[in-house]
Amino acid sequence: MRNRFAETFYELAKDDLRQCMIVADISPAGSMSRFRDEYPERFINTGVAEQVMIGMSAGMAQRGLRPFAYTIATFALYRPFEMIRDDLCYQNLPVTVVGIGGGVSYSTLGATHHAQEDVALAMCVPNLRVLAPCDPLEVEAMTRWCASQEEGPVYLRLGKAGEPVLTADLVEPWQFGKVRKLREGKTHCIFTYGVITKMALSVAEELEAHGISTSVIAIPTLKPLDTDSLTVALQAHSSVSVIEECVPRALGLEIESLAHRKGYQGKVDTFALRDEFIHCYGSHKDILQAHDLTERLIMERLRHVSNDKTR
Amino acid sequence: MQSDGVLRAAVASKSSIERCRQYRRRILNVSQRVTALHIAPAFSCTEIVDVVFNELMRHDDPADIFLMSKGHGCMILYVILAERGILTDGDLNSYCTPNGRLGAHPDFGVPGIAASTGSLGHGLSIAVGQAYAEKLKGSRSRVFCVISDGELQEGSTWEAIMMASNLGLSNLIMIVDNNDFSGLERVSIGHPAVYPIAEKLSSFGWSVADCDGHDAAELRTALQPSACGRPHAVVARTVKGKGVSYMENENLWHYRSPNEVEYAKAMSELSEPGR
Repeated sequence: MRNRFAETFYELAKDDLRQCMIVADISPAGSMSRFRDEYPERFINTGVAEQVMIGMSAGMAQRGLRPFAYTIATFALYRPFEMIRDDLCYQNLPVTVVGIGGGVSYSTLGATHHAQEDVALAMCVPNLRVLAPCDPLEVEAMTRWCASQEEGPVYLRLGKAGEPVLTADLVEPWQFGKVRKLREGKTHCIFTYGVITKMALSVAEELEAHGISTSVIAIPTLKPLDTDSLTVALQAHSSVSVIEECVPRALGLEIESLAHRKGYQGKVDTFALRDEFIHCYGSHKDILQAHDLTERLIMERLRHVSNDKTR
Repeated sequence: MQSDGVLRAAVASKSSIERCRQYRRRILNVSQRVTALHIAPAFSCTEIVDVVFNELMRHDDPADIFLMSKGHGCMILYVILAERGILTDGDLNSYCTPNGRLGAHPDFGVPGIAASTGSLGHGLSIAVGQAYAEKLKGSRSRVFCVISDGELQEGSTWEAIMMASNLGLSNLIMIVDNNDFSGLERVSIGHPAVYPIAEKLSSFGWSVADCDGHDAAELRTALQPSACGRPHAVVARTVKGKGVSYMENENLWHYRSPNEVEYAKAMSELSEPGR
């Protein structure tokens, strides 16, 4: 994802002199390095100093530039949180805060580097739009949108590298504020976003193997939520679940709340990171497992889902 | 209460001393409409904002930028903006009311307000971004940023101080309103390691001058950048509540509005030349 982000940014920024990259001591991989070499005046490293990264971005946006503030998600969002709230969101400035390694993808680095609350936290702040792409194609589309929009701040939650392409077959392009149906089913519907979408698709296949016709709907725009489409999806399925790589205060809570408001009669299962710090080191998969996020454990909890449960 | 129209007429074509006396009187007038406003923090930087705004800043193309990082001192900015017609008397009269647009902290989007400040330690970073953007665009605009000495206790301020120096922002001028008070107590007592300020800033790569922050002539000299390619700082020694005897160095007046008797006494003092 980060490579696709860097490539897309480079392509946009070489022709659009308003585009700037403000990083906080993060190694500029791939095209980012090229951008730094070719346009050093528009690549600023604030060093290990995230508050000034955000504050500066605000000032630059006020004066007509279009900054991307880019670093590891924990440092992009948590350390300068009040600057994001006051400088970017209160003043409603078109700055994109890019958090790389969203969720627990920095799996060997410990909880200091786990952005396990980022989406939930970002969704709380007025004016902040929250985007979480599931694959490199969505990264590209979102980066283009972020660079061109003028309305206000965005939190763009990326993974790391090597994520597979999942949306190549979709006819409709990514659109801000719209959900995307990755898989069409009739009985159960999984809502998901971000890197863990791959796991959601595996669970759907597994359910299908058990005879449960399953939809998968990706929600790349977490805020504002496409509640109209989500309501339609609720109405069309007899049960739903949410699979997300975030503490249980983000999409799961929103879907439960929406289901309640709409008088949804089916069961809503939510699968999220545990509400705790995990002292475990290993692969991304290992850390997700430590948070009970595996295909097998999700399947176990979805045993109740069957084609008989028609409403 | 004297009408603001009379005060405004009196302000025109006056010396800095005279202008500042009128600004203080006008702020006191506003204070009689509300239960509280930050008088003393505005009085400590009255001469600073006056000299910067009325004498040094370019207001035409390319306009310079004025950013009040110590947002709680914004009353002095409001009265100057009103005097210049950027804000209106109506704005001042509806200060801190639901029908108005001026609050106890400045709000970006209101004419003349360069940033929403109020939470301390934000303004200088924003000013750094503004100054860098102007430099990148090849503009001659300068950014004047007033910070409090309390803000020097915020780590974010030092992040911005270093970045301004790293980026060689010669179009950034920071003025420290060194009234030696933060909310709780004197800075020199509660946080003495803030001092010495000028030496610290100098060692961080800024050109630095210090001066009496209530002396317009000293301010004019100190505000002239002395070195090329560097951001410039002025450490302005000031008195919190300056101009009204019972408010000076009394932290009670950080936020309180004077009652009728106190108001009369303050106005009387501010009619005497020399205060």
